[in-house]
Amino acid sequence: MAKQSRRDFFKTTALIGSATVGLANSAKASQKNALSEDRAGVLVDTSVCIGCRKCEWACKTVNNLPTDPLEVYQDRGVFKKHRRPNDKALTVVNEYPNTTSEKFPINVKVQCMHCDKPTCLSACIVGAFSKNENGSVVWDTHKCIGCRYCMVACPFQIPAFEYEEALKPDIKKCDFCFERTAKGKIPGCVEICPVEAITYGRREDLLEAAKEKIKNYPNRYVNRIFGEHEVGGTSWLYLSNRQFEELAFPKLGKDPAPGVSEAIQHGIFAYFVPPVALYALLGGVMWLNKNKKHTDAENES
Amino acid sequence: MENHKPAPVYTKYFTPVVIVLSVLALNGILFLIARFVLGIGAVTNLNNQHPWGIWIAIDVAAGVALAAGGFTTAALGHIMHKDQYHSVIRPALLTAALGYTFVAASVMIDLGRPYFIWHPLLMWNGTSVLFEVGICVMIYLTVLYIEFLPIVTERFIGRVNLPGFLKKFNQSLDKLLRVLDKGLEKTMFIFIIAGVVLSCLHQSSLGTLMVIAGPKMHPLWQTPILPLLFLLSAISVGFPMVIMESLLTSRSFKLKPETPILANLGSMVAPLLGIYLAFKIGDMVIRQTFVYLTEITTESVMFTLEMLVGVIIPLRIFLSRGLSKNPLALFIASVMVVFGVLLNRINNFLVAYTPPYEVHSYFPSFGEISVTVGFIALEVLLFRFFVIHLPIVSVPDTSTSPKTKFSIRG
Repeated sequence: MAKQSRRDFFKTTALIGSATVGLANSAKASQKNALSEDRAGVLVDTSVCIGCRKCEWACKTVNNLPTDPLEVYQDRGVFKKHRRPNDKALTVVNEYPNTTSEKFPINVKVQCMHCDKPTCLSACIVGAFSKNENGSVVWDTHKCIGCRYCMVACPFQIPAFEYEEALKPDIKKCDFCFERTAKGKIPGCVEICPVEAITYGRREDLLEAAKEKIKNYPNRYVNRIFGEHEVGGTSWLYLSNRQFEELAFPKLGKDPAPGVSEAIQHGIFAYFVPPVALYALLGGVMWLNKNKKHTDAENES
Repeated sequence: MENHKPAPVYTKYFTPVVIVLSVLALNGILFLIARFVLGIGAVTNLNNQHPWGIWIAIDVAAGVALAAGGFTTAALGHIMHKDQYHSVIRPALLTAALGYTFVAASVMIDLGRPYFIWHPLLMWNGTSVLFEVGICVMIYLTVLYIEFLPIVTERFIGRVNLPGFLKKFNQSLDKLLRVLDKGLEKTMFIFIIAGVVLSCLHQSSLGTLMVIAGPKMHPLWQTPILPLLFLLSAISVGFPMVIMESLLTSRSFKLKPETPILANLGSMVAPLLGIYLAFKIGDMVIRQTFVYLTEITTESVMFTLEMLVGVIIPLRIFLSRGLSKNPLALFIASVMVVFGVLLNRINNFLVAYTPPYEVHSYFPSFGEISVTVGFIALEVLLFRFFVIHLPIVSVPDTSTSPKTKFSIRG
């Protein structure tokens, strides 16, 4: 690497610089996150839910997951433990004691919240997640490489991985019945709910309805809609008669969860200026030191 | 200096230590086979609460950090042109090339769908930190192989001697090596600078990886300056890793340790560690996380251990005089820094990570530990193999043959 003219040096350095800048431009256009005004949402009123777990059965049925017959779901013994959605059940209902009236425990349905600014989408190495016009956050099996970074990132601990699968493990999570809603149907869990504890509709309308409920029954509800602002807003919204943190909802801020990470990432790669500048700087140092060595050698001889 | 040049070290391959390492490597490979036949869940303790285990924390994150000797010595020897350090560049380069190869292998075994590892090349996600790390590591691995090529050409030009029916390719292979050697000699500076830039990028981005985990990560480690801390610690561990590996190599191959050069390297570690420590403490003061150190938890103990054993004590040793006459102290201090960075990566990726709905905390399974230990053993075995067969380590030049680089044609 000794015989390198100064001219050549600059030529190659410039070439690499322009190549990387070109790369940066095409990388910028890859991310779209369209949010429609009319995007759908679901309002879950935990004070209405009776814990019949029919939604768990319906979810498994519409997603072609193996399930026990519907009668088995009447067993309320499962409420002794707090369960989480996993690769075999995309939604579960948990039970919490009611502090005001013991006869009516509080049941909370858990599934993917379908964030407006999804952390999984920001994190995914191959962009396998997409946020769609109708509000759903959907995972694409054709892209996923199974790195499980979405699971590290998700603030609600939702994506589940098929650890038992050796050849083609999937990431499993609620997809907001993406295919059903595309055909004009409503999500399986909403359809089966016998007490209308879960309502499917325009997110904006649902927010309005929820606020109306809080206004009309101030003694019944906590004055807060979980999901209105949490991590930048979620498609699934919750009403409750008990503080959400006491019902095992995560304590989260209003800023979108990927915020800081994306800011750092884009800071380091601001139009590839920092890396290219570092490259140029190191090239300069290298060239100066080499010349110094040359003159030193000449002076000595 | 003149009579020291890199050359293959002629010695027998198998020693008792090598046999023990081979057994460990074999044990790891067995569990590896089980992982591919039965799935990740059958071999590891990973689950939906803890998606990442030691294969990511140790094999990938710590592996990348501990291979930093490659780019720090390249920067010192080639970019700063400090020629006296040339004898440590090749061993460090070999460590880095092997290290990153095993990083890639570890990613492959941890991926649920390893056969889709090429997806990030086509399916880009500009907001993903992991995407940036993945692409950088892929390119850097290629750069490392290119940087390594001259060692291969130097060894085999004029000496290509394929067995059996492959003999007829001798001539053309030799020609190819000469073309490579000539082309690389003119362009190597591009790859050397690129290697340093790429290293700075992905060493820091590895730190950004966990920022997105937000409140899942313990505040002692979760900070927006994680990328800076990762970069600084990687730069600090570069030379200690080279010192440790050089002293171990000279002992294993019964060569005279290069203590003066290593002590000079060691004198550069103290300021680097000092800067890292300053940022670490500054971050702790600004975010007032020292309050978590007042109670005894797994996190506070691990944090204290990481800082005390990995940074503060070795910093004190590196600052002491007369290190050039004391290879043992040099070795101990270097091992402590290496251990500190290893612990820091484990802490960041595993100890600090507590999911909101945790039922059991994570501890690696026997299978996971076997694979990790097996990979490290395999790395050492390959290192020994290459030192024996390629001109890596500088030895006193006793051969009477002239400088043979281009004189003999095979």
